[in-house]
Amino acid sequence: MSDSLLLLAMLVVPALGAAVVAALPGDREATAKQAALGVSLVVLVLAVLAALAFDPDGERFQLTSSVPWIPGFGVDFALGVDGIALVMLLLVGVLVPVVVLASWRDTSPGRRSMRTFFAWLLLLEACMVGVFAATDVFLFYVFFEAMLVPMYFIVGSFGGPRRQYAAVKFFLYSLVGGLVMLAAVIGLYVVSEAAGEGTFSFTALNDLDIDPTAQRLLFLGFFVAFAIKAPLVPLHTWLPDAGAEAPIGGAVLLVGVLDKVGTFGFLRYCLPLFPDASREFAPLVLVLAVAGILYAALLAMGQSDMKRLVSYTSIAHFGFIALGVFAFTTEAGTGAVLYMVNHGIATGLLFLVVGMLIARGGSRLVGDYGGVAAHAPKLAGVFLVAGLASLALPGTNSFVSEFLVLIGSFPTRPVFTVLATVGIVLAALYVLLLYQRTMHGPPRGVLFPADDDATAGTAVPEPGHAAGATAASPAGVTTTGTAGTATLTRAAGVATRVRDLSRREVAVVAPLVALVLVLGVYPQPLVRLVEPAVAATMSDVGAGTPDSSEGTD
Amino acid sequence: MSIEAPDLSLAALLPLLFVFGAACVGVLVEAFGPRESRHPVQVGVALVGTLGGLVTTLLLAGTGEVTAGGALAVDGAAVFLQATIAGLAALSVLMFAERNLDPARSAFVVSAAVPAGSVRDRELLTVQRVQTEVYPLTLFAVGGMMLFVAANDLLVMFVALEVLSLPLYLISGLARRRRLLSQEAAVKYFLLGAFASAFFLYGVALVYGATGSVRLADVRSAVGAGDGEVLLVLGLALLVVGLLFKASVAPFHTWTPDVYQGAPTPVTAFMAACTKVAAFGAILRLLYVAFGPEEWTWRPLVYGVAIVSMVVGAVLGLTQTDLKRMLAYSSVAHAGFLLTGVLGYPGAGDPAGSGLPATMFYLLAYGLTTLGAFAVLTLVRSGDGEATHLSQWAGLAQRSPLTAAVMSLFLLALAGIPLTSGFTGKFAVFRAAIENGAWPLALVALLASAVAAFFYLRVIVLMYFSEPAADGPTVGVPGLPTTIVLAVTAAATLVLGVVPGSVLALADQAAIFVG
Repeated sequence: MSDSLLLLAMLVVPALGAAVVAALPGDREATAKQAALGVSLVVLVLAVLAALAFDPDGERFQLTSSVPWIPGFGVDFALGVDGIALVMLLLVGVLVPVVVLASWRDTSPGRRSMRTFFAWLLLLEACMVGVFAATDVFLFYVFFEAMLVPMYFIVGSFGGPRRQYAAVKFFLYSLVGGLVMLAAVIGLYVVSEAAGEGTFSFTALNDLDIDPTAQRLLFLGFFVAFAIKAPLVPLHTWLPDAGAEAPIGGAVLLVGVLDKVGTFGFLRYCLPLFPDASREFAPLVLVLAVAGILYAALLAMGQSDMKRLVSYTSIAHFGFIALGVFAFTTEAGTGAVLYMVNHGIATGLLFLVVGMLIARGGSRLVGDYGGVAAHAPKLAGVFLVAGLASLALPGTNSFVSEFLVLIGSFPTRPVFTVLATVGIVLAALYVLLLYQRTMHGPPRGVLFPADDDATAGTAVPEPGHAAGATAASPAGVTTTGTAGTATLTRAAGVATRVRDLSRREVAVVAPLVALVLVLGVYPQPLVRLVEPAVAATMSDVGAGTPDSSEGTD
Repeated sequence: MSIEAPDLSLAALLPLLFVFGAACVGVLVEAFGPRESRHPVQVGVALVGTLGGLVTTLLLAGTGEVTAGGALAVDGAAVFLQATIAGLAALSVLMFAERNLDPARSAFVVSAAVPAGSVRDRELLTVQRVQTEVYPLTLFAVGGMMLFVAANDLLVMFVALEVLSLPLYLISGLARRRRLLSQEAAVKYFLLGAFASAFFLYGVALVYGATGSVRLADVRSAVGAGDGEVLLVLGLALLVVGLLFKASVAPFHTWTPDVYQGAPTPVTAFMAACTKVAAFGAILRLLYVAFGPEEWTWRPLVYGVAIVSMVVGAVLGLTQTDLKRMLAYSSVAHAGFLLTGVLGYPGAGDPAGSGLPATMFYLLAYGLTTLGAFAVLTLVRSGDGEATHLSQWAGLAQRSPLTAAVMSLFLLALAGIPLTSGFTGKFAVFRAAIENGAWPLALVALLASAVAAFFYLRVIVLMYFSEPAADGPTVGVPGLPTTIVLAVTAAATLVLGVVPGSVLALADQAAIFVG
């Protein structure tokens, strides 16, 4: 296969896979799962092939292909990747099979078939590939918006109790941002038309000299969309709802990949196309970024719902990424891109582990768990790894990126950097508190019903308990999970309720744990892919210092 | 005294002759045909008329001439819009002809003259006889619409307006079920429509007073020369009001929800799709051809009305609980989006502007999508006809996944999500507006789209994410005609979203006004 067709294949394979899975008869759920896993693994292989075919020292955009799509609008179906997009494609390639495997035993609320879930998942993968691989602004916009539809149905059909609210909120926030961006996209075309030939091609637009007033307006148009998507602080309120209500697989992709489209957009579109406006608005963006780091970290500490907590930690992390992007140095930018990848891995892992815990206990509340580590050491171990990766402990992948962001930002933006450092301390607090409360201490909460008698006053009755508990006890114990009828001895209760990770679950977390450790020790391959692209971006914005980039090697 | 015979290009008039001819044949069939065979014959005549109109307009592609003594301009834009009207009308006729959905075999009343609720009326309710006067009436309306978009003369435009309106008033009152609602709709539509026609006529008089002519070309030269400006502007305003009424642009939209709700659903679909095309065709011609040289006379007016229409449509749409009313407000909002395209007028002497082709493409895309959405409405039924209350649609996806999927496609297209025709259309009109510096308007339009998206989404939420009600509606199995309509409209909605290139190019080529 020609290299330039790799990207097209990455787009078409999951889209066709989605159609096939959706067309399967309703009772063939097992086939649907296997097909989804197979298709997502094929995409992973294609992503790896693309990475191998990519030459970090070559052209900025490689593996390019382009055919006219809508000549009337000057739109091309143009695909191509730089180093930044390539690592995001690798992340997509890794996360989707993991998510498929993690959702293997999920059951949907209501009478819906999980087949539909996997079809939407594959369609989402196709859109995510498209959004990162597009080199035509119009095409990017099309995927940016189209991506909402599968995620909307994933959250709305397969999510938690408040899924309707969360799905609509997610869709509307993103749609509003997207529509403002649409105005800017059209504006960009009109500007290019005035300067000669109307075009949506990124490379052609990058060569344009846009006058400052227009730059400001267009920058704001793109920025609003990306700031909602990322999300930055005043526009973040949809994420905790969507993250909390989405099914675990959806939440992993939502936070791990979809939101990265926002920060990716800053780097790919805002900075190179509108360099003057970017420099002008940078202080404002940095204020939002640092405010996000601190505010979201504080909110994370106050959450009682684990999925909301993880969502808030992500908002804090997106603050770091935005800081790295808008510090305008190559190190900070490289750090930000690595952060995008590493956050996808670390937070993805954290979401998955939390999901496994929730699958056992049937409750999302931190207070419903305690002392799990003694009975499920593997689960607790993975939880710890995920948590430490989230708080960027040295030796985990996130450390490299966080350190690069901070060291790269300090020379140009000392005040913001110092403030952001406080966020690291807060991160340690919210992660370790969560770990300590759920995994250590005396066994208590929904997983240990015998103790509910003793602490009946504090146990929160929740309808989900009974269902979750029986689902987690395939032995068919006749307990109903309510405190009064739980007559089991504690040993029996523990044996039936707290299972350690099954082989499937180990297979789900193993690749991510491996990546956390490997990329923590040896991030060089990623840095090598990313750095030239970031350097090119920073030189577009007129702020790069190529010789200082040696420090990152 | 000798009277000169006006030049008459029969070739250019062929589509109109075809449709009006079919309408006259329909009247004769109604008068002399045996009752048993009337329905199939009338459907056949109506289909031949509309499809014949479509084919003959397509054959005319590329003509650009003023004929019939200067009264008609058969140019690219007229041909494109006539073809759109004829095609959409053919689909509407198919919806009229559906006999599988209603237990009484038709959506139309057996005898419109029998008082609603009387003993005779109750007897007739279950009779399987069908009344067929709706077909010739529709053909007359279609002919009027096709004349409307080609009218090069204010008087001809007025005549066309009446020819298209009068049959519409009648057929909105022909619903078989909920007859009082339908009759109320007809009366409201008639009264308000008569007012609008009077406005239009008064506008014609004032313009005539100012310029001494009703020919658009003469008005244009008078406008360019700056004669009688006060009268002209007043006349223009009145003319525009009359047209905006037909196009259901707020604040002249108040009839729309009631009429859309009360009229039989196939008729609502026909009105939503075809009347919109015809009215905007006339608006474009009037503004671009007659008042093109003096943009300032109409630009602020259209600018303001567009904003009002988008905001009113989007915001009031939020509060609706009936799907037909919701689609009515959606139609008001879309009229505002269309006006955004109308504002993409590049100025006289610059024919390359994108406003005209963008608006024409939007009309085609919107017409097909909205027709499809109403066709889905006819499928979902409860004991007393169509189940149009929102709550009745809860959990529809579990009852009938295909129906829900098709409806979602139409709703996403109306919301303007990429890869549907709605997005392509919106992109085209907003680009036209921004190219002409109207970016604040485009921004308002985009925000209004976001608000409107909420009520489209609400239906999807209900269909997919809610549990079905115990005594919910049934989803009827459509017969061949409605199946064709759904297949065509759904396919077109997708194709115009994914590969719109050739149709956009067609609209671009057709974007020529002569006269």
